[in-house]
Amino acid sequence: MKRDRPGLLARVGEILRPHEPISRGAYLAGVGASAAGIFSLWAILTYGGFVTPLFLPSPSDIVRAAAALIADGSLAEHTGASVSVIVTGWVLAVLLAVPLGILMGTLKFVEALLEPVVNFVRYLPVSAMIPLLILYIGIGTPQKVAVIFIGTFFQLILLIADVSAGVPKDLLDSAYTLGASRADVFGRVLLPATLPGVMDNLRITMGWAWTYLIVAELVAANRGLGYMILDASRGLFTDRIFVGLFTIGLLGFVFDSTFKRLHKLLLPWSPKI
Amino acid sequence: MVAEDLKLVIRGLDVVFTRRRGGTVTAVENLNLGVRDEEFVSIVGPSGCGKSTLLRIVAGLIRPTSGEVLLDNRPVEGPGADRGMVFQSYTLFPWLTVQGNVEFGLRLRGTPAEERQEIVRRYLDLVGLRGTEPAYPKELSGGMQQRVAIARAMANEPAILLMDEPFGALDAQTRSVMQELLLRVWEQTHKTVLFVTHDIDEAILLSDRIYVMTSRPGRIKTEVAVTLPRPREVSVMDTPEFIALRQRVHGLIREETLRVLDQERPAVGGSAGG
Repeated sequence: MKRDRPGLLARVGEILRPHEPISRGAYLAGVGASAAGIFSLWAILTYGGFVTPLFLPSPSDIVRAAAALIADGSLAEHTGASVSVIVTGWVLAVLLAVPLGILMGTLKFVEALLEPVVNFVRYLPVSAMIPLLILYIGIGTPQKVAVIFIGTFFQLILLIADVSAGVPKDLLDSAYTLGASRADVFGRVLLPATLPGVMDNLRITMGWAWTYLIVAELVAANRGLGYMILDASRGLFTDRIFVGLFTIGLLGFVFDSTFKRLHKLLLPWSPKI
Repeated sequence: MVAEDLKLVIRGLDVVFTRRRGGTVTAVENLNLGVRDEEFVSIVGPSGCGKSTLLRIVAGLIRPTSGEVLLDNRPVEGPGADRGMVFQSYTLFPWLTVQGNVEFGLRLRGTPAEERQEIVRRYLDLVGLRGTEPAYPKELSGGMQQRVAIARAMANEPAILLMDEPFGALDAQTRSVMQELLLRVWEQTHKTVLFVTHDIDEAILLSDRIYVMTSRPGRIKTEVAVTLPRPREVSVMDTPEFIALRQRVHGLIREETLRVLDQERPAVGGSAGG
């Protein structure tokens, strides 16, 4: 059957059907258009002299500032400081919250022990606890690790409890009727069954951890990306502020896509991929 | 029936649930039944009569309020590998391949790898899924998943196989194919089976005997012997004997359903599953 080439309008209509997949080409065109649009607007505003560099530096200003910060090693130092704090605090929170969350979602008694406390602390913003933490442990690395830990632990434990409570009872019962002991059910059924949900929540809480870290570093620090941004703002080095923001965005993106890749790699059976 | 002839004996079983807001519900009352060795027995009844509860008690997953369950003259205390179960919901472990699922029970028992391989192959052959060993459950259709679940339960070589509406979640076409498959599997293995269903045709096609339960509180209303000759084929469903049996069982369940509808009060709540 011969068909006429569809017109532009028809093709746009084809792309804009709700909940319908589109071709990879059309998708990439969208991504490219959005990036190019933002970049052109930025270039026009800065190179065209519509905005003063104090508020918005030009792309080349930022590249120059970045090159300088890389050359003198300060960007690497601040990035290293932030990443090590985040990873330490988050790993500690994960190591405790995942097993406790699984138990909390599975055993009613553990739920009774933990839920009231967790639900209370969860609603206290971590930022409100920073002054107290400074009083207790100062403004060094341990204080920021504590901020990350408190910020992620209490959220993560509830998310993991939800995941483990959602494991179908029939799955556990099947294991029992195949001869599994209670320990087998925990180790061979509950634990693997929660992994996809755990993986998802690890990714999400890592994103939150970045927010808490920057808040902590803006309040009191002598190292880290948050401190670098604050320091740049004191000297009105707007270009350096943007370098800090881009670095944080880039790191967030790298962490996020690493988690997604790990999920696919480690849990090929997961229904979520 | 004398107890010594029976593989499974259920005597004087009562199940009383306590409601959360107080008060009690009698789900099963003074229930007695028996299953002989190498016999396929079905339990049918109106929905909510406690047939699934009954099966879970035999599996040891629920404790009865009173009464006893004996398997090979030994009382059932809790769940165990001697009573395999196939559920209505899909219960394959998604993180294990077909191979891993079928050998789950064997691994728990420490069966050596070579022997496991042999057993997995035999039971996948039996359900017609040889070659799917490396697949994950998410890659299988619902019917295939239930076939693997049957292979998984049978690979453990339980003394009795409990099946709780195993085809209830499948579409009509797949269900009839699965009934045919289970019939063929049974004719080859003569496994002792206690089967719960609300599908009367399914019960007659597969069973040697059918227990019809009353509506709540669940008791055995009648026992119907299925005298259709073995080995059976699906074509048996067109015979006058089959049709007569269907009418009889249908009538018995209808009586119970109507009895409930007549008694229905507006405050009736709670649920014990189908």
